[in-house]
Amino acid sequence: MSVLEAPTAPKLRPRPEILAHTVRREEEGWTSWITTVDHKKLGILYIATCMVFFTLGGVEALLIRAQLGAPENTLLSPEKYNQIMTMHGTTMVFLVVVPIWAGFGNYLIPLMIGARDMAFPRLNAWSYWIFLFGGIVLYASFFWTPPEAGWTSYTPLSSKEYSASGGQEAWIYAIHLTGLSSMLGAANFIATIHNMRAPGMGWGRLPLFCWGLLIYSYLIVIAIPSLGGAATMLLIDRNFGGNFFDPTQGGSTMLWMHLFWFFGHPEVYIFVLPGFAIASEIIPVFARKPIFGYKAIAGATAAIAFLGALVWAHHMFATPMSTVVLAFFMLSSFLIAIPTGVKIFNWIATLWRGTIEYTTPLLFSAGMVGTFLMGGITGIFLAIFPVDWQLHDTYFVVAHFHYTAFGGAAFMIFASLYFWFPKMSGRMMSEKLGKISFWLILVGFHLTFLIQHSLGLEGMPRRIYEYNETAGWHLYNVISTIGAFVLAAGVMVTIYNIVVSLKRGVVAGPDPWKANTLEWYTPSPPPPHNFDTVPRIRSLEPMKDIRRQVEESTGVEQQYRAGSPMMRA
Amino acid sequence: MIIDRLTAPVTDCARSSSPLRLIAVAAPAALFGALLAAQTATAGVLSPQAESPNAKDIKFLYDMVAIVGLIIFVVVEGLLFYALWKYRAKKGAVAAQIHGNTRLEIGWTVAAALILVVITIVTFIKMPAIINPAPSDIDANGNPVAGSLEFASTDQPDPPAESAELNIKVDGQQYVWRYQYPGPKVVFSYEEMVVPVGMTVTLDISSDDVAHSFWIPALGGKMDAIPGYINKLWFKTTRPATYVGQCAELCGRNHANMYSRVRAVPFDEYQKWYDQQAADIEQSNREAPKQRQAIEKAQGEQSIQGGGSAGGASDDQ
Ligand SMILES: [Cu+2]
Repeated sequence: MSVLEAPTAPKLRPRPEILAHTVRREEEGWTSWITTVDHKKLGILYIATCMVFFTLGGVEALLIRAQLGAPENTLLSPEKYNQIMTMHGTTMVFLVVVPIWAGFGNYLIPLMIGARDMAFPRLNAWSYWIFLFGGIVLYASFFWTPPEAGWTSYTPLSSKEYSASGGQEAWIYAIHLTGLSSMLGAANFIATIHNMRAPGMGWGRLPLFCWGLLIYSYLIVIAIPSLGGAATMLLIDRNFGGNFFDPTQGGSTMLWMHLFWFFGHPEVYIFVLPGFAIASEIIPVFARKPIFGYKAIAGATAAIAFLGALVWAHHMFATPMSTVVLAFFMLSSFLIAIPTGVKIFNWIATLWRGTIEYTTPLLFSAGMVGTFLMGGITGIFLAIFPVDWQLHDTYFVVAHFHYTAFGGAAFMIFASLYFWFPKMSGRMMSEKLGKISFWLILVGFHLTFLIQHSLGLEGMPRRIYEYNETAGWHLYNVISTIGAFVLAAGVMVTIYNIVVSLKRGVVAGPDPWKANTLEWYTPSPPPPHNFDTVPRIRSLEPMKDIRRQVEESTGVEQQYRAGSPMMRA
Repeated sequence: MIIDRLTAPVTDCARSSSPLRLIAVAAPAALFGALLAAQTATAGVLSPQAESPNAKDIKFLYDMVAIVGLIIFVVVEGLLFYALWKYRAKKGAVAAQIHGNTRLEIGWTVAAALILVVITIVTFIKMPAIINPAPSDIDANGNPVAGSLEFASTDQPDPPAESAELNIKVDGQQYVWRYQYPGPKVVFSYEEMVVPVGMTVTLDISSDDVAHSFWIPALGGKMDAIPGYINKLWFKTTRPATYVGQCAELCGRNHANMYSRVRAVPFDEYQKWYDQQAADIEQSNREAPKQRQAIEKAQGEQSIQGGGSAGGASDDQ
C-alpha cells in the first residue's frame, strides 16, 4: 500500500511524497489499462486516444479539402459539409490539442520532478475517462445527426430554431465533459507541481516543460468555466426555454460570443504553451547547450498567459463595438507579440553556437519555430482591427490559426512523440521514417496553408461548402488540397512508425538522447514506482550533473561528444 | 546588431556575421522595392483589394505590416536557418555553455516593442479615415460638390452641407441580403445593391435570423449582421462598376450561396433605377398575387434560395 507521508528531515520543508513500502508487481493484461490509476498508463491512454481522434479529425480535414478541390463540387452536401467542418474543429481543439498535453503532462511531470505519481491518482483516472466519454458521445452523433453550427457554435445558429438536431446537444455534452476533464486534470497538475518536486528542485530549477504545464493548468482554470457556463446556458435555451441568447426575447448573440471567446482565446495558449515548453526542452538537448534565458522563457510563458486572457474580443472585431473597445483589444493583442518574440529569439539563441544534432524531435521543434513565426506575423495583421475587417472570417484567418495551431501545437506533438517514445515504450522509433514523416508534414503543411492567405485576400470566406468557377479560387484550392494529402501521408508515416517500432524498435535504454531532465534517470519504460531513489536536484539539468558524477567515480565517459554516434534505429 | 553581439566573443563566428548583415540590409530593401513595383499586380493575391477610400487606407495599413512582417520574417528565419546550418554537430565541436545574456534579451524585447509602437502610431493616424465616412463627391441631386476632396482626413471639417449620403438598411436573412433604400418612395432590393458613383453610402447592417457578415472586399471591411444590433459600415465608389462579395459568417447550410453585389452607376441611372424599382414594387403590391410572384422571381432569381423564399415584394414596411 502507498501512504502519504512527510519525510522528517529537520531543516527541509516537509515534502509530501507517496512512499512505496513494497515494490508492487506491474499489473498486466488489458484490464490493467481500465483499472489503472498510474500516471504513466493514463498518460499513454490520453496520448493514444488523442491520436485516434487526431486521425478522425484528419480524415474530416481531407474530406473538407476534397470537397473544395473543385468548384461547385457535389462530393459533400451543404449539410454534410457543415457537419464535417464542425466535427473537424471540435475534434482538433477539444479532443486533440488540449487533452494530448494532459497526456504528456501526466506521463512526464511526475518523472521530471521526481515524484512517484500525480497528487491525485484516482482523480487523474476519472479525468481521462470522462474525456473519453465526452469524445465518444460527440462521435456517436455521427450515427444520428452531428452538430453543424461550427466549433464556435454561434447563437442563434446553434439555437433550437436553427439547429434542431440532437447533434448540438452532443456537442454541449462533449464540451461539458472535456471541459470538466481539463479542469480536474489542471487541478491535479497544479497540486503536483506545487507540492511534489524532488528535494532541491526550487522554482528556478523546475524544467520548462513543467512551467508550461503549470501555466497551461492555470489558464484552463481561468478560461474553461466561461465556456462551461455558456454551454450550460445554451443547453437551457435549447431545451428549457431559457432566453439567454435569443434576440427576440431580450437575449444577446454578443453574450455568447464574449463568453465563448473569453474561453476561446486563452484556449489558443492552452494548446500552444505546452508545445513551446517542449521546444524549450528538446532544443537544448540536441543543441547540447543550456536553454538560453531560462527565466525569460518562464516569464514570457506567464506573460503570454496573462495577456492571452485579455485579448478575446479580437475575435469579434466585426461586431458592433465602440472604437475604444476595439483599440483596447488591438493593443492587448499587440502586446502578446513581445513575449512570443522573446521565446523565438531565445530558441534561436539556444541553437546559436551549439552542436546541433539533426534528430527527428529537433527537426519538428525547429519546424515549429519557423512555422509558428509565420502565424505570429499574420497575427499582427489580424490584431489591427481595420485590417481585420478585411481578413476576418476568410481563409486568411484559416491559414493563420493553422499556422499557430498546427505549427505551434501539432508539430510539437510529433516532436514529443519521437522524443519520449523511447521512454514510454523502451524502444526507439525509426529515425529514417521520422525524417521522411517530418519533411512530408512540413512541405504538405505549407503547401496546404500558405496559399490560403491569398484565398482570403481574394475574398473567399471560411466555412463555405462550395464556390463558383467564376470566383477564380479554383487553382489555389487545388494546391491546398494537394498539400493536405501530402501532409496526411506524413502523418501516416509517423503512425506506421509508432506501430512498427513498438515491437521492432531498437532497445533504447534509460537515456538514449543524453538528455537533461530527470525522466531519463529511470529505466525505459519506468517501473510502476518510477524511481528507486530520487536524487537531490542541483541544477536545471540534473542528468548532466548525474552523468558528470558517474564519470568522476567510474572514469567511463558519460557526456555527449559532438559527432559521436548515438544509439539509433 | 544582435548578431554581432552574440558572436563577437568568438573570432571564427565574427567572420560569419558579415553575410548575415548583408542579408539583413539587402533582403528588406529588395522586398520593399518588389512590393512597391508589384503593388497593383499583387492586389488580391498578396494584399487586399481596394476601390473605396476606406479600403485603400486598410490596404495601406496591410501593406505597411506586410513590409515590416517580411523584414521580420526574413531576418528571423534567416537567423534560424543560419544557426541550424552553421552549428550542426561536427566531430570534435564543443557547444558553448551560455545560459543567457541579459542585455541582449532586453535588447530584443525593446526592439519588438518599438516595432509595435510604430505600427500602433500609423494605425491610429489612419484610423479616423477608415472609420468615419468620407464626404460624397456629389450632392443629393447628383451635382459635383465644389472642392470635394479625394482623401478624407481627421482635421477636415464636416462634409459640406450640400454633399449627400445614401443610407441603406442592410438586412441579412438566410440566405439573402435585403437592401432598403431611403427617400420618399418604398424601394428595396435583394442581393444587388445599386448605388450612385461618387456618393458616400452608409450601411446600417442587421439581421432577421442568425448572424451573417456583410462584405464587399473591394469596398472595405466587413461588418457582422447580428440580430438585435445595428452595425455600421460605409463605402464610396469612384467609377461605374460591379463589385461582388458574399456572406462571411457561417449562417447555415447555404452560407456559401449568400451573395452580395454592389452596382455603382452614374447618378442619373441610379435615379431611373430607383423610380423604376419603386414603380415595380408599388404595382406588385397592388396587383394580383400571380404577378407579385413574377416580380419576386425576377427580383431574386439567383439569390433567393431555400429559406429566402419568404422574402418578396409584400413584406416591406
Ligand atoms: Cu449569411
